[in-house]
Amino acid sequence: MTHQVNDNIVDKSIKRVHKLEAKGVKVFYDDFMAIKGIDMQIKANKVTAFIGPSGCGKSTFLRLFNRMNDYVDGFRMEGEVLKDGDNIYKKKVNVEQLRKQVGMVFQKPNPFPKSIYENVAYGLKIQGIKDKKYLKEKVEDSLKQVALWDEVKDDLNKSAMALSGGQQQRLCIARTLAVEPSIILMDEPTSALDPLSTAKIEELIYELKQKYTIVIVTHNMQQAGRISDYTAFFYLGELIEYDKSKKLFTNPEKQQTENYITGRFG
Amino acid sequence: MISLDQHKEALNQSGIEMLHLCHKQLENARDAFFAHDSELAEEVVHTENRVNALDLRIDRDCERFIALHNPVASDLRFALALRKINFDLERVGDHAYGISQYIVELDTPIDKKLLEMMRVEEMFEGALSMLEDITDSYEEVDTKMARKVFKKDKTLNKINMQSFGIISEEVQKDPKLINQFLLLFSVIKKLERIGDLITNIAEEIIFYSEAEVMKHRKKKKVRRSKD
Repeated sequence: MTHQVNDNIVDKSIKRVHKLEAKGVKVFYDDFMAIKGIDMQIKANKVTAFIGPSGCGKSTFLRLFNRMNDYVDGFRMEGEVLKDGDNIYKKKVNVEQLRKQVGMVFQKPNPFPKSIYENVAYGLKIQGIKDKKYLKEKVEDSLKQVALWDEVKDDLNKSAMALSGGQQQRLCIARTLAVEPSIILMDEPTSALDPLSTAKIEELIYELKQKYTIVIVTHNMQQAGRISDYTAFFYLGELIEYDKSKKLFTNPEKQQTENYITGRFG
Repeated sequence: MISLDQHKEALNQSGIEMLHLCHKQLENARDAFFAHDSELAEEVVHTENRVNALDLRIDRDCERFIALHNPVASDLRFALALRKINFDLERVGDHAYGISQYIVELDTPIDKKLLEMMRVEEMFEGALSMLEDITDSYEEVDTKMARKVFKKDKTLNKINMQSFGIISEEVQKDPKLINQFLLLFSVIKKLERIGDLITNIAEEIIFYSEAEVMKHRKKKKVRRSKD
């Protein structure tokens, strides 16, 4: 009896600690196997970085968490992907609702050709929210979270396209935050930005992890080392090593990881 | 453009050069000491400039290596370890220089009986043997060889510890010998320090190769766990 109680406690704590989980995940694009059976648990309120050479499957794996691969021709998946313990690939899952909870930021800033205000309010408006006061508050709050408010507060009606690349990317993050996700996926969010804008985004990611679980794909080793708590190294569709970033970037277990992070292959 | 591997190899060669140079300095200091050869001692004193120049070059190159290549994992450990190894070797060079200075300034050779009593030759041989081990260990990245010096350092420590008692006893018997004994005490202290510095270098080689931090750990315990 006591044993059962203990088991329950363990189960609950696992659910709380691991926000996302992959169980025996395989991904195919027609006959090509892009992900070759990966088991992985991603911790809540931590930044997890995915690294690996181009074509290793890290972006495919990232996009599994908000079902972005569903649109890719020939995509097929085996195994389970769990969010808060629930399989997000079950037939009953509302994908729009899922993407509200699992936001995504892309490599190139992609603001809508609308005003700054409209960009941030967009997600809320399509959910049917019309309360102007609420929308205003939400826009301000989101822009403050990404440290963009002071820079744009007097120009909210200005086109988002007039902002710099770094500002646009922070705006896109604000747009993601406005719909209150619990997870943010980032696919090389700073690769198109200059060093100063990159530093601002990195600082932002560090702050956002207090509230959100963040998974980031990056080609920048130093960036992964700086901002992430955990790092996963992918190679040819396999998860080679997954460890605390401190450990992985100073003393990796696997020779393949060492060769990749020291720039000797990939 | 110089690649990371080329840069690392150039740094590695500089490290080997520093090891050989410091070994030669200590060897010459020993020969000058026992033969009371002030000319050879002068050579050690002058060569100290080369040691210092190489120290600065390695330091600067390590800094450049880190700044240009942003090394991680074993590459980063290599650069960090080499900086410390270089620092310790420069200090070894300083002690060889210090011993040679005594010879330059000393008018009469030291009594052989006193040298034997204080086990100075054993001390020199021990330090040189440790330096040879560490050179081999560095060149081959052989941590087993690096660990050898921990035991040898204990012998140096023991001789150093015993020297104070011997001096106190002998000077009471013949107070005229105090100057010679004080000089020997000073040389033994320097050799004991050299032993400590070489031990630090061994720790750095282990850190580079195995990512294991040995600092402030009991060496005996570590060796046992490795056996």
